[in-house]
Amino acid sequence: MSESTLSQTRKNERHPFNWGRFFIYVVLVIGALVSVIPFVYMVLSSFKSYGSVIANNFWPWWPFGTEPLQFSNYPEAITDIGFDKTWNMPLFFRYLANSLIVSGCIVLGTVTTSTLAAYAFAYIKVPGKSLMFLLILATLMIPNDLTLVPKLVMMYNFKWYNNYQALIIPFTVSVFGIFLLRQYFMQIPKDLFDAAKIDGAGHLRYLWSIVMPLSKPALITIALLNFIWSWDSFKWPLLVTRDSSMRVLAVGLQQFLVGEGGTKIHLMMAFASMVVVPVLIFYFFTQKYFTEGIAKTGIKG
Amino acid sequence: MTAVSPGSLYQTPKKFGLSIRTWRQIKEALFGYALLAPAIILLLVFEFYPLFFGMYISMCEWKLTCVKFIGLANYAKAFSDPAMWHSLLITATYSVISVPVQLGLGLVLAYLLFQKVRGLAIFRMMFFMPYITTTVASAAVWAYLFNPTSGLINEAMSVIGLPGLKWLGETKGIFAMLAGTVGLPLPAWAAGPSLALISLIIYTTWVFVGYDIVIFLGGLGNIPGELYDAAKVDGAEGWQLFRYITLPLLSPTTFFLLIITVIGTFKAFNHIYIMTMGGPGDATTTSSIYIFNQLVVYGRYSYSAALSFVVFIVILALTIIQNKVAGSRVVYD
Repeated sequence: MSESTLSQTRKNERHPFNWGRFFIYVVLVIGALVSVIPFVYMVLSSFKSYGSVIANNFWPWWPFGTEPLQFSNYPEAITDIGFDKTWNMPLFFRYLANSLIVSGCIVLGTVTTSTLAAYAFAYIKVPGKSLMFLLILATLMIPNDLTLVPKLVMMYNFKWYNNYQALIIPFTVSVFGIFLLRQYFMQIPKDLFDAAKIDGAGHLRYLWSIVMPLSKPALITIALLNFIWSWDSFKWPLLVTRDSSMRVLAVGLQQFLVGEGGTKIHLMMAFASMVVVPVLIFYFFTQKYFTEGIAKTGIKG
Repeated sequence: MTAVSPGSLYQTPKKFGLSIRTWRQIKEALFGYALLAPAIILLLVFEFYPLFFGMYISMCEWKLTCVKFIGLANYAKAFSDPAMWHSLLITATYSVISVPVQLGLGLVLAYLLFQKVRGLAIFRMMFFMPYITTTVASAAVWAYLFNPTSGLINEAMSVIGLPGLKWLGETKGIFAMLAGTVGLPLPAWAAGPSLALISLIIYTTWVFVGYDIVIFLGGLGNIPGELYDAAKVDGAEGWQLFRYITLPLLSPTTFFLLIITVIGTFKAFNHIYIMTMGGPGDATTTSSIYIFNQLVVYGRYSYSAALSFVVFIVILALTIIQNKVAGSRVVYD
């Protein structure tokens, strides 16, 4: 860090104004603005009246306009989405609950199955281990879309269609999770294992009280990425759910969009904000794990 | 029967065929299998089995169950289905344009970010935001940004004096539109990809550039700094450094991203479904949309299963060719 500032000051001494660096910042700032403007637009529009959104009135509030902040867009959007009779609450909260239940269970399931499998791969002598590892590797070659129809038929046959099982269980395993954790586990010095064994700790005890705490960054990365992906999933939930009470947020938003939301833009923006903003806040606090996890593994959803 | 010597008690009791040590090994192995079981079973049930079940479905006349075995009839139908080929063409166009645009932009921005800029973390975070966002929500917002009458993009264009466009609703090719502005009529084959498809590509680029930047930054960080110093001593600078040091040494990263992005473009679905639903007409009906519609709108289970395999085979062939062509130019150290 200090070295870079040093070379920079040296450069600045020679050239009072560095056009090259100025150009770099201009390009980066433009790029960053393009990345962020749609979010800003979405949140601003969610506080405008329908008329101001349509008229592209960028700032209809004080001091340039007379319109008050339309906080009412949010409750209005929630009531417009509809009502869930089974849980006796606005559908929006049902969507939110479904998304949280589904994503939460997927994260819990994925972390559990990946940890157990990775531990076995890293520490236990099992005949046929390399064959199983190859089998797991091979599943990476099978694209999700290829097996869409048979999986849908399976959901009918299992009586999982339009149920939480269909939304959760097929996704409680992650090949990348197993890989990443196995790599992590293998870096832990073998001496620790021997020491724990002498102390009388079995495998599960060792896994729980030594391996898992030491692998916290990898576990958090897997949990976060799986959470974001399942929060984002749309095609599968659209296929395997029928009732509005079983929809997740993404499907709910799409259904709103093809219905009323397509015309009531200000409400659609409020709905979209309610879907996106929690994820963004979540991301701001945990971004280190995201970017590091992705840079390390090259995982893509 | 020989007499049992006291010492043999502590040796392998051959009678049972297994020693205490082997017992322990078996117990250990069983425990290992138990740990592996959940993951392996899930993968077998939801990855491998569907592969074969899907083949079976594709060879059936399917009405809740296999009504009649029809062999490869669906595949024959798929190969002679012009809509299938059209959807593949749209997918290929989408892929061929968006992959270089995404990677090029990602590389340029990553390279600029790598020049020890201030606020690297903030820039990276901002570029990464679109990738982290729920696709349905950002696609819905973008669909409105593209709105021809009141969208932000046409509004911005009118500010700088450009005419508004129909964006997602425009089936005309972009070359034809460009030529049209100077009054030049173009033949249909030279019209180029529709503006609707280009609009989708703009959105995709917006989403994935941040991901590419993060991966490229990782790759750039792995290039040893001494190489640059050595090249500078030899008199190389600026573009030469980029061309002869960065690009070759970054090629494994680029190749990885290339494969990932091509596969990604072939399975692209969510944002297309939200923004255009494959329209207008079939201007943006990619194979993923076409297969989905065959399944959901028409309920043709076995046909869409067969289509999935056909598309998969095409992608596989393309990936192999890509491996052959691009793979030979990758520099591994």
